[in-house]
Amino acid sequence: MELKRKDILNLSCMDREEIDLILQTAESFKEVSKREIKKVPALRGKTVVNLFFEPSTRTRSSFELAGKRLSADVINVSASGSSTIKGETLLDTARNIEAMSADFIIVRHASSGVPHFLARSLQSAVINAGDGANEHPSQGLLDLLTIKENKGTLEGLKVVIVGDILHGRVAHSDIHGLKKYGADIHLVAPPTLLPAAIEQWGVTVHYHLDEALKDADVIMLLRLQLERQGTGYFPTLREYSQLYGLNRRRLALAHPEALVMHPGPINRGVEVTSEVADGLSSVILQQVANGVAVRMALLFLLSGGKHV
Amino acid sequence: MSEPHMAILIKGGRIIDPALKRDEVGDILIENGLIREIAPSISTPEGAAQVIDAAGKVVTPGLIDLHTHVREPGYEYKETVATATASAAAGGFTTICCMPNTNPVNDNQSVTELILEKTESEGLVRVFPIGAITKGQKGKELAEIGELVKAGCVAISDDGLPVMNSQVMRLAMSYAKIFDVPVIDHCEDLNLTNNGVIFEGNVSTRLGLRGIPACSETVMVARDLALAELTEAKVHLAHISTAGSVQLIREAKRRGIRVTAETCPHYFALTDEAVGSFNTNAKMKPPLAGERDREEILSGLKDGTIDLIATDHAPHASDEKEQAMDCAPFGIIGLETALPLSLELLEKNILTLPEVIQKFTSEPARVLGKKTGQLDIGGPADITIIDLDAEWIVDAKNIISMSKNSPFIGRAMKGRATAVIVGGKLIMNQGLRGE
Repeated sequence: MELKRKDILNLSCMDREEIDLILQTAESFKEVSKREIKKVPALRGKTVVNLFFEPSTRTRSSFELAGKRLSADVINVSASGSSTIKGETLLDTARNIEAMSADFIIVRHASSGVPHFLARSLQSAVINAGDGANEHPSQGLLDLLTIKENKGTLEGLKVVIVGDILHGRVAHSDIHGLKKYGADIHLVAPPTLLPAAIEQWGVTVHYHLDEALKDADVIMLLRLQLERQGTGYFPTLREYSQLYGLNRRRLALAHPEALVMHPGPINRGVEVTSEVADGLSSVILQQVANGVAVRMALLFLLSGGKHV
Repeated sequence: MSEPHMAILIKGGRIIDPALKRDEVGDILIENGLIREIAPSISTPEGAAQVIDAAGKVVTPGLIDLHTHVREPGYEYKETVATATASAAAGGFTTICCMPNTNPVNDNQSVTELILEKTESEGLVRVFPIGAITKGQKGKELAEIGELVKAGCVAISDDGLPVMNSQVMRLAMSYAKIFDVPVIDHCEDLNLTNNGVIFEGNVSTRLGLRGIPACSETVMVARDLALAELTEAKVHLAHISTAGSVQLIREAKRRGIRVTAETCPHYFALTDEAVGSFNTNAKMKPPLAGERDREEILSGLKDGTIDLIATDHAPHASDEKEQAMDCAPFGIIGLETALPLSLELLEKNILTLPEVIQKFTSEPARVLGKKTGQLDIGGPADITIIDLDAEWIVDAKNIISMSKNSPFIGRAMKGRATAVIVGGKLIMNQGLRGE
């Protein structure tokens, strides 16, 4: 089976068969990262450009490693080192990169829709590495893979997503991905950090963390962007962590084998206590490891690779 | 094109003049720039005269747009007096009122004079400048409104921006009474807008775009209605887009508050669904709202709560629109699509044909307090001839405006202006589009 797409922009518009294919391919690539020589020749001669207009360590290095483990040439372009600060338009920057025969352009941008805009304008395959408050599809996929590995299935799980849903592109991708497998999704956030009409996505909304945690199979904590403090969405980090921070007492309300997940980087003591983040329920580092495999799968499948 | 003083005889059209309650088939004779005669049948006068066969067509007072961004001076790469007036003529307008958010802002006599001089030398239709309410549209100190009016401004507005400070707005409304000009407000609470880019709702959530809540408009409408009641000034509310605003205005009018309101064709023809997958040509302020809002706009048009239809023609260059949704400027062009989109209201039984014409002629004239927008014997001959049955598709390459930022590109239209006469001069006949 192969993936019949030019770009990866959103999980919202992907069907379950496509997601299954990506997850299966990622599972088989996990083995590559465990080899002594962590490399396969699948993308030899291909060029991957990481075009990041927002700072990122995890996602950028994950895509970089994914490309390199498939033997592609990978370069990183970050906004601070690019022509954008010299006044070049977004489209011109992207067209210049494409003119250097980039096969893949991995885009992260603070504005929603930038990868979609570039995908429409360019021949290169575009992968969305996070756009504004829209989606972060590769993160959503690696979250699905991590849950599936630990729980054996994605069907019918109770998943509690906690934190800034309003600006939360990870949450958006997770919700779209999980809905396709019939997960029971609960969102917990202050009303100031919930987007309009989110109930229409078929999720249950809570303002209080304790009431949502009962029998939870997965607790997904979202990173609170610290720069949001002082913008009035919540009074202080202290109060936020009291209301929405995951600690040992709260974890005990969930299913005994509940998974604790976080897309990183963690604000320890804000979204989650160190005790829980480093505890037995935490699969946070497994998420990171799965990230490389999922991104290898995306690059491989977009280049026409077939899963056997 | 004809000589300005050549006589023109328009024959056999259905003449609709809402102001003078005329709706009948007949002929109109124009001489020396003025309407000489309207009668069931006029024979061709002696000497040279151009005869326009209007059989099967509708002949109306020239359409007036109360809300146009002409962009000159300062943004001539988006639009100029020459191109905006050509676009207006193509859309059937004989008069456009230009908003002051140019560079420099039209907050003083010299900018007003420049616009009027440009219109004199390059304009195809009439341009009535609108002066700024506050100096530099900064919302702090009143502009020299008296001087602006003396120089030719017909109204004042800080359009593009609200006057956020309610005390400044109160003073502006009070002061404007000296000159009896309308105060046109762009109703928006910038704090509630909070850097939003599209309407807050399903679509903004789906696309992860910052939403502008409906109340960003309605709280300012409520404020302006309270200030209109207090000051008894002539207050006109621009580009109304939400259900809540329509309801507030309806109630205020019922209570006898002196207020008028406009909407734009995109607010009754589209909803925020038109944003689709990040279409920057569906980004404007106020934003396209929800279906419930659209329905209330239609009901406001039907019951007269909304007095008139204006375009909010806001040209932007393609380079500016071809970027991230967050960064693309707000605004769409509208002069060439306003009439056919409004004619769609006939088939939906929202308005009758004379009512549609009224919302583009006598109603804007009433807001301006000018004796225009009607077919007076002896008055200036500003006339639009409309073919209600013309079917066409909006195509970027046929748009006359310098900018092509329209969400209606590709949409099938029915009805268009086929001829426009301004001051007795035939500006456009059978289209400017070169078809």
